[in-house]
Amino acid sequence: MSARETILARIRSRLPGTEAARRDAVELHLAAHGANLVPLRGLGDGDHRLSLFTRLMTGVGGSVETVETLADVVQAVAAHMAAAGLPPSLRKGADTTLAHLPWHRAPGLTLLSGPADPADHTTLSLAFAGVAESGTVLLLSGPDNPATLNFLPELHMVVLPASRLVSCYEDVWPLLRASQGDGLMPSTLNMISGPSRTADIEQTIVRPAHGPRDLHVIIVVGA
Amino acid sequence: MQPETARFKELSRAALANDQLQRSMVATGPQFVLKRAKARAALPEFDDLRNAARDIKNHVLAHLDVYLEKFEARVQAAGGHVHWAETAEEARAIILNICAAKKARLITKGKSMVSEEVGLNEALEGAGHTPVETDLGEYLIQIRNERPSHIIAPAVHLRREQIEADFRRVHTDLDPARDLSHIPALVEEARRVLRQNYLDADVGITGANFLVAGTGSAIIVTNEGNGDLTRLMPETHIVITSIEKIVPTLEDASTLLRVLARSATGQDISTYTTLMTGPRRAADPDGPEEFHIVLLDNGRSQVLGTEFQDMLRCIRCGACLNHCPVYQAVGGHAYGWVYPGPIGSVVTPALIGIENAANLPNASTFCGRCEDVCPVRIPLPRLLRHWREREFEQHLTPRTVRSGLGAWAFLAKRPKLYGLAMRLAARFLNWRGRAGRIASLPLARGWTRTRDLPAAQGKTFTELWRERQK
Amino acid sequence: MPRVALFPTCLVDVMRPSVGFAAARLIEQAGFAVTVPEGLTCCGQPAFNSGDRKTARALARRTMTALAGFDFVVLPSGSCAGMMVKHYPELFEAGSADHTAALALAARTHELTAFLVHIARVNNLASEFPARATYHDSCAGLRELGIKSEPRQLLKKVAGVTLMEMEDAEVCCGFGGTFCVKYPEISTRMTDKKVERIIASGADTVVAGDLGCLMTMAGRLKRLGSDIRVRHVAEVLAGDYATPPLAEDDGDAA
Repeated sequence: MSARETILARIRSRLPGTEAARRDAVELHLAAHGANLVPLRGLGDGDHRLSLFTRLMTGVGGSVETVETLADVVQAVAAHMAAAGLPPSLRKGADTTLAHLPWHRAPGLTLLSGPADPADHTTLSLAFAGVAESGTVLLLSGPDNPATLNFLPELHMVVLPASRLVSCYEDVWPLLRASQGDGLMPSTLNMISGPSRTADIEQTIVRPAHGPRDLHVIIVVGA
Repeated sequence: MQPETARFKELSRAALANDQLQRSMVATGPQFVLKRAKARAALPEFDDLRNAARDIKNHVLAHLDVYLEKFEARVQAAGGHVHWAETAEEARAIILNICAAKKARLITKGKSMVSEEVGLNEALEGAGHTPVETDLGEYLIQIRNERPSHIIAPAVHLRREQIEADFRRVHTDLDPARDLSHIPALVEEARRVLRQNYLDADVGITGANFLVAGTGSAIIVTNEGNGDLTRLMPETHIVITSIEKIVPTLEDASTLLRVLARSATGQDISTYTTLMTGPRRAADPDGPEEFHIVLLDNGRSQVLGTEFQDMLRCIRCGACLNHCPVYQAVGGHAYGWVYPGPIGSVVTPALIGIENAANLPNASTFCGRCEDVCPVRIPLPRLLRHWREREFEQHLTPRTVRSGLGAWAFLAKRPKLYGLAMRLAARFLNWRGRAGRIASLPLARGWTRTRDLPAAQGKTFTELWRERQK
Repeated sequence: MPRVALFPTCLVDVMRPSVGFAAARLIEQAGFAVTVPEGLTCCGQPAFNSGDRKTARALARRTMTALAGFDFVVLPSGSCAGMMVKHYPELFEAGSADHTAALALAARTHELTAFLVHIARVNNLASEFPARATYHDSCAGLRELGIKSEPRQLLKKVAGVTLMEMEDAEVCCGFGGTFCVKYPEISTRMTDKKVERIIASGADTVVAGDLGCLMTMAGRLKRLGSDIRVRHVAEVLAGDYATPPLAEDDGDAA
């Protein structure tokens, strides 16, 4: 018998009830996508979600700014990079929303495309969603927003349309199923809540550890 | 590494005498407690979420066979490979085979307690690979050739001076003039060295905090981002994990994530929570080209259906360690194997046998703080007591304890004789008293070596009460 | 008058009968008739915690028989009360006569301060006790029975008592029954941390509801030469300052 068969047989011999009943129960549970208890803290209107998200994200060392339109992202990006004293070179994926921004308004900026290179200082991603309850952005891997952009640079900037800033994790999963198909996932889904940190030496929090030094979230109110 | 659990008493005495360790414990222990308390206070639903978390894990355990199959099918559908390992040895062999096939030289590793449990690093080194731990704490203990002393903070026993000395010893390209006396400089130095390892690695190995059956995703949480770089940069990613880590859906995972970080570090959520589902897709420009999951049993399935089943709910947050006065006194290494603290004292006998680990369940006052803070409400004192029952049934209890208990039980079942014995004891323990206390008592040296024994008042309560009723 | 069975506990019986008398007085003053039943020995906790369920069961049966027929059972100990309330029912198969009896006993059994507050609804105490007291929560009382506010509420009613909270009042003192002799070094370290907290509180008296904890703390305090007094909560509530504190031979001055 293979290890698989041995392990499953042993588990079955130790569980109450019939295998058929267990299968039914599991199918039901998986199909229901039922939410468990959801904390109240994230629930509320757009202003509430924005202010909670901002408070939590900045509380863990991230930074947040709001802009009115997608077009405003360009200046926000350029200004933040300049303020951080980083070279005017920006890496992003093939995301069409980001591609269609009026980059000509930041003429000094060199745009690079594709996955992150270890030499990149700054990257830009479009978030799939943001979650107010913990100040978290969610990013899906793929050609549009390669996952390495989230980890290799010094400064990671994330564009989050306000319409995608939801209250709680349970609000994200239906959006994800709608975009990927039920049970299907991108290779990597990153939930990011602040820049990289460690407390492994004497429980003292130090930023960054291995990932970005800065995480800057640009929330687009009109998107 | 061979378990040294039988040496618990000796190791704990050494730990108590280790000033460096004691300073670390006193400096960090209370911080964990405070952070969790703050996080709990900031979320009114926290204790109810713990109930929900417990119920999810119970549901999974009651349907574990089907959920494992579901998980496996989803991983395969996403292009990943699933390997089942009944023992630590099988798990090592599976991983060595993959690494050999990839002709791996450098292997980066994310923090994994299951990797520690199966002794993976030794096996990798033995086969000629170079494993490099990338979680800062794990890296620190790897270069010291130590075990983790804490489930989530493996190097919590170390002080910055020790770490500086280790870096100067191991990082041979380090400029001797560089100032490493403060913690950010040490972190920066680790970042410098590990960054190159991420880029050069052939294989990345991580653990998993949860396995989502409905999507085939392995979830890891880190604050450093090391797990992600370990997954994303090499050509091959291997997840080593164990069968009880299943959760049914993303909704269920959300509930568990809400209690995990709050219990562990007092964060609302860890900085990076990553759902990893299969290798990179055809159009993806990055991510691993090959993805393997190793599902370890190693005795866990034998715990199902027993009085110990609740231990399988554990999500390895470390809160029980942080709140355990015994762990806080002796640190993690005294426990002599991989999993320290209250949960370690429950899990270790299940994995290596009670005959090898009886010291651990006995080293508890049953103070109950562990159960009080457990995010999945594992009744740790009860499980520790069940191990003492197994120990007693198998006649592993030391003879002195057993005969003392026997003599006492003999009396306690005979009230008249018991009354007489107690009257004698009351008189003796009064007569031995000087200034109300007994400084030394032959049969109670364990007590009187460090404490006075308050003297008895002379007669028993029962005796005096009956006298007054006449 | 409702009838209360007072179970003194084996430690009080042998070491410190004055605690039993203080408890009896408090219960009587609250309007209950106190009986100390025949045939009581030990609740069986040491056997239970050592993994010897057979002996624990035998002693539980014996205790349940001795305590049958009373309206309430009161113990000056959170640990022994916890054994009877939480663990007796675990010893017997659900549905058995013993299990039913254990549940019935559990419902009638109370730790002393919880009894005085919740059952006797004591509003005033006539007693007086000169002390700057800090209260140590015994683990079983706190975490098995949820006793936290009760002793403090009562202590505040005693004339002359100033209550001063120590840090980590809820952390174990290091006693743990057989633990303190099986792992004396670890136990002593735990007690030392407790002693530090007691001293830092500025109190002159440490009070608790379990004699095991009290003997542990007193034994270490005295060995270290401290003059902080150690008292069972019943003694303070009953105003029994004439009896010497644990490990002392003089009573407190009024």
